[in-house]
Amino acid sequence: MLKKQSKLARGEAVTGYLFILPQMLGFIILVLVPLVMVFVYSFESRNLLFGNLGFTGLDNYKTLVEDDLFFITLKNTIIFSLGVVPLNLVLSLALALYLGANAAGAKVVRSVIFLPVITSGVAWAIVFKYLFQGGEAGPINYILSFIGIEGPNWLHEKGWAMFAVVISRVLKNLGMNVLIFMGAVMNLPQDVLEAGRIDGATKPVLFWKIKLPLLMPSILMVMIVTVIGSMRVFDTIKLMTDGGPEGSTMVLVYYIYHQAFRTFNIGYASSVAVVLFLIVLGLTIIQWSLRKRASYYEE
Amino acid sequence: MKSNKVVNKTIYYIVVAAIVIVFIYPFWWMVTNSLNSINEIFSKPSLLPKSWMWHNYIEIFQVQPFARHYLNTLAVALLGTLGNVFISALSGYAFARLRFPGRSGLFILLLTALMMPIEVTIVPMYFMMNSIGANDTLVPLILIPVFCSQGAFSAFMLRQHFITVPKELEEAARLDGLRPAGIFFRIMLPISVPVLSSAAILAFLSVWNMYLEPLVFVSSLDKFTLPLSLSNFNDTYGLPQWNLQLAATTLSVIPVMIFYLIFQNKISDAMVSSGMK
Repeated sequence: MLKKQSKLARGEAVTGYLFILPQMLGFIILVLVPLVMVFVYSFESRNLLFGNLGFTGLDNYKTLVEDDLFFITLKNTIIFSLGVVPLNLVLSLALALYLGANAAGAKVVRSVIFLPVITSGVAWAIVFKYLFQGGEAGPINYILSFIGIEGPNWLHEKGWAMFAVVISRVLKNLGMNVLIFMGAVMNLPQDVLEAGRIDGATKPVLFWKIKLPLLMPSILMVMIVTVIGSMRVFDTIKLMTDGGPEGSTMVLVYYIYHQAFRTFNIGYASSVAVVLFLIVLGLTIIQWSLRKRASYYEE
Repeated sequence: MKSNKVVNKTIYYIVVAAIVIVFIYPFWWMVTNSLNSINEIFSKPSLLPKSWMWHNYIEIFQVQPFARHYLNTLAVALLGTLGNVFISALSGYAFARLRFPGRSGLFILLLTALMMPIEVTIVPMYFMMNSIGANDTLVPLILIPVFCSQGAFSAFMLRQHFITVPKELEEAARLDGLRPAGIFFRIMLPISVPVLSSAAILAFLSVWNMYLEPLVFVSSLDKFTLPLSLSNFNDTYGLPQWNLQLAATTLSVIPVMIFYLIFQNKISDAMVSSGMK
């Protein structure tokens, strides 16, 4: 009997390993190995055309800290993030709270606001490139002209170009966060809110003292996911401004792509990729520790 | 007090209407201008096409192999989705229900793929694909959604699902003499179709919309997928053919829209769950 048991258990273990084998093998080859290699490359003078030209230690990183363009890129990425994240969070939270989860209007908004989320970033960027055209032909400028504002040549003027990509990105992803927040609002403990109302809490008090603190775990989670997403922006930028004007919308991923596949500096591009990895890793660690704490509260 | 309520209600519907307009207008603009000439796109905007140039929709198939690009995208998306769902169902089930040494450690290891941005690993991946002769083929575009973060996400999602399946079901099947593999194929897969289809929808959308990967791995025109194709509508002088670009973009967006309108709640629920990962 015992022998049969252990035979069964061994059979189960073998099946288990067989079942995870394809996934784990693919994971090792296509995720772990490239990750190790990107670190290795970042210590090499490696070129797309000529391959590895030798181990150069920290040379790429020395170039990195002296590379003005890299810091401009990093700064642009942060500016983009500082534009996208607060705008996205405030708008989506406000909409979720204002519309309520069950009202008729909320249903309509839910479906419409989600359309851009499932649309490809490329299609969205192409359309917004046209919407932000300069002159009267650009629909956004055309609308602005009705209230007497002469819009800039958005994508070709420094400053405005970043503004335009931020807006198009926020509109593309807003729906996702609206839906997440609608869910969170719906899950607010009704008895607590009711108690607040009975105690005579006014609407602002109810929001600042009760709803907002209760929503905080969701807000933090959504915030970090949105920050990570904005650090990885590429298609919006590539298609709307191609990094311009004068590099004012050049972001990290664009720079990696440019260094690796336009100027063939694989080694150098890898060191930039390592920086991106460390940023995302840091944010993910924060995210995981927040989640741990959040689930601790739930228990 | 009563008039106050009316005012509030009115404001509510104005807000709703404003949101609908803001989010529908880009699509409206895309479709109507796909029926304009280039000059009309650059003249004063109007709500309807000015000349109804249906010819644009024929021309997109003539200036580049757009039908081929469409089929490439479909093939990559279908194969990538099938591979993603099948392989992650296997591992998701094993991680949820089969006992073997190292199970939880290996699962946590796999989860690290969730946070791995493809932008970080794509440079070495380019060399790997090159060394096996897979560059400028559709192979990397199929492998990435199967095994990189989308694959790990599906495995995670399916593991969560398999954990919730009642154990009695397996016990009964075991007493009937089914082995673990039999239980998986004959019982677990059939009862998991709703979750499998959610994972499939997410995988399909992510492949359909991917841009950086084809940009890096594919170079010949006949291997392009839709996102690359859309950004490639230029005339012989290298000038963009705006109206054709918009017509092609419309054709690439419409099927996804229809799909969304049919399975709206399922798609948005699945996307939201992946947004919280």
